Amino acid sequence: MARFSVLPRRHRGLLADQVARLQRRVLGEDPGPIARKTFDRALSAVFLAVLGLVILAPVFGLDASAFTAWLVFTVVYVPPWEVIPMVGRFIRPACALALVIAYPFYFDNMFTIPIFGAFPDVATGVYMLVFIMMAIGLNMVVGYAGLLDLGYVAFYAIGAYTAAWFASVQFATHNIHFGAVGVGPTVPGFHISIWLLLALAGILTAFVGVVIGLPTLRLRGDYLAIVTLGFGEILPQIARNGDRLFGTGFNLTNGPNGITPIDSPGFGNTLHDITGGILPASYQAAINSDNLFYWTAVVLVLFTIFCSVRLRDSRLGRAWIAIREDEVAAAAMGVPLMRTKTWAYAAGAFFGGIAGAYYASFKGSTFPGDFFFNISVFILCMVILGGMGNVWGVMVGAAFLSYLDREGLANTGAWLNTHLGMSIDVPLYEFGIFGVILVVVMLFRPEGLIPSARRKAEFEEGVHDEPLYDVSH
Amino acid sequence: MPDIVTAEEVRKEFGGLVAVADVDFTIPEGSIVSLIGPNGAGKTTFFNMLTGVYKPTAGRFLLRDEDVTGKPPHAITERGVGRTFQNIRLFQTMTALENVLVGMHTQLKGGIVPSIIGTPRVRREEKDAAAHARELLEFAGLRGVEDEYARNLSYGDQRRLEVARALAIEPQLLLLDEPTAGMNPQETREFTDFVSKLRSEQHLTVLLIEHDMRVVMGISDRVTVLDYGEKIAEGSPEEVQKDSRVIEAYLGSGATTQA
Repeated sequence: MARFSVLPRRHRGLLADQVARLQRRVLGEDPGPIARKTFDRALSAVFLAVLGLVILAPVFGLDASAFTAWLVFTVVYVPPWEVIPMVGRFIRPACALALVIAYPFYFDNMFTIPIFGAFPDVATGVYMLVFIMMAIGLNMVVGYAGLLDLGYVAFYAIGAYTAAWFASVQFATHNIHFGAVGVGPTVPGFHISIWLLLALAGILTAFVGVVIGLPTLRLRGDYLAIVTLGFGEILPQIARNGDRLFGTGFNLTNGPNGITPIDSPGFGNTLHDITGGILPASYQAAINSDNLFYWTAVVLVLFTIFCSVRLRDSRLGRAWIAIREDEVAAAAMGVPLMRTKTWAYAAGAFFGGIAGAYYASFKGSTFPGDFFFNISVFILCMVILGGMGNVWGVMVGAAFLSYLDREGLANTGAWLNTHLGMSIDVPLYEFGIFGVILVVVMLFRPEGLIPSARRKAEFEEGVHDEPLYDVSH
Repeated sequence: MPDIVTAEEVRKEFGGLVAVADVDFTIPEGSIVSLIGPNGAGKTTFFNMLTGVYKPTAGRFLLRDEDVTGKPPHAITERGVGRTFQNIRLFQTMTALENVLVGMHTQLKGGIVPSIIGTPRVRREEKDAAAHARELLEFAGLRGVEDEYARNLSYGDQRRLEVARALAIEPQLLLLDEPTAGMNPQETREFTDFVSKLRSEQHLTVLLIEHDMRVVMGISDRVTVLDYGEKIAEGSPEEVQKDSRVIEAYLGSGATTQA
């Protein structure tokens, strides 16, 4: 029973026995698979309700919204929707998507999560979505093709600076406008529409990925990791020192002062008027600015998921996994190693670039400090924590860690401090805490929170093997 | 019969060790040729050079009349050379079907953008590929395991899957590196029949590395013997069996004098 796989192995059997006995009593000797699954899910819902009523409510005080949330969860999760022909299997994902899209309307009225505090606000939501996108991109490189990339932040940086160069006053000697919103025609510098820049950033970053990949992807394993690490270090340094590029006095990146402001996305006044105000003229100028950025980010993430899943199941995706499994055999089957790896790099870079450009536009600025090594590790942690190779796992990992980074740790710290009478600045120990989380996950669930079936198969081998030494106690 | 492979004075050195010493070798089209020799004789090294895994120190390989020396493995595979490995090298966490589909990599066209969009052409191609892959699995004697991870297959089935995967590249030349290692006599017999069938039905040329002499002598048209990297004998199975240098290489120098 997969549900208990978080538990240590020796407790799993006991609990599974109890559940099986209960199931027999309720459903009879031979229930169909659907009945069994529904029973399992209903049990989860009951378990959650009991947990909420008995433990959480008395201690933390859950209000009515918690009950509503539980009800929604139960209605979406428990019934065997999948038996409905055609539309059945889309019902749960559609409900989940609807909840995500509607988030800005209800997050304010939600209960306080025990220990973690209030639901994250919409700006944090944008941050989480951007990191989800990057994690899915990195997952193509690390999870599918098995190429350890410690410099992924470089692609994020290139995307961000692409947006900054072509949608700000950085190059003030020029005055080129194309589809930009919210900037007067006399404002100097390049001002290209952010929508175009997202595409441009993706393509440019993918191209840089190819250029970097060609010499480095000949290396394997650790050697590749070191080169990508170096590359990830070089780019932020160029960004930091790029205000007098190579002593020529050419100001490429405006150095440590960064580039700001960066134009906002939007649809312009014409479209705004034609659609009767449905399409916003400029995101930044709108009252619900954060919400607009949030919904657009949702669309971008959906696009990323779609591409990632399609690629995984394609000829190219199979070749990636084959390379991860066994390079020599893959080559012997006619998979061109260099080209295939370079594609993985380019595909991963593409989404990193788009995410960077989008986030730069959301913040309205970009600084060299945003792109240091720790961000690369941060994204890699998301992939590993969530479950390498599995899009959904990686999303969970990314959402969780970026939430902790933005709000979760501060909230948890505040809670700890008030209840234990301490005054520790918890977010200060962020990377230490992430390290502990990672170590714990690697000890108890090395395949990640939601592993792909493949990774699971890889780790399950240990179940059948007799250990050389008994290390379980 | 024209030769499908010609090796001219092929040599491979690893540091001071000469693994293969100036071997001349040809494989006539449509034949089954065996490469035998004691352990460490350089058979697998020869294989690896032919398939592009190693670059020869000297000499050259011709496929038909094209020089393929030093070409990367995938380029040689594209020219119709399929192989299996001595120690099974399947894609362990891919299903049997996926393993065969990887073998079809060079024949499929699906590019990155059409794959993402899911154009009708790519969909049709994928569907046909899967159907063909199932046929190959069946042909290799694998039934009902297509969605099984390769790592979970039995040893014999893994060997069969390796052959199915190699056949998926639609080779003209199939290289089998000790395919019957670890098989029981029954399985070995089945496998020998299978290889004969490949030649008669699919018109494949087969190069076989093998230790089981019953297999080698049973199906080979020609046998080449390597010892310490040198070719010591070549000819029909009967000729090679009688060759004194071969007996010496296998049984030691005392064997010939006593016999």
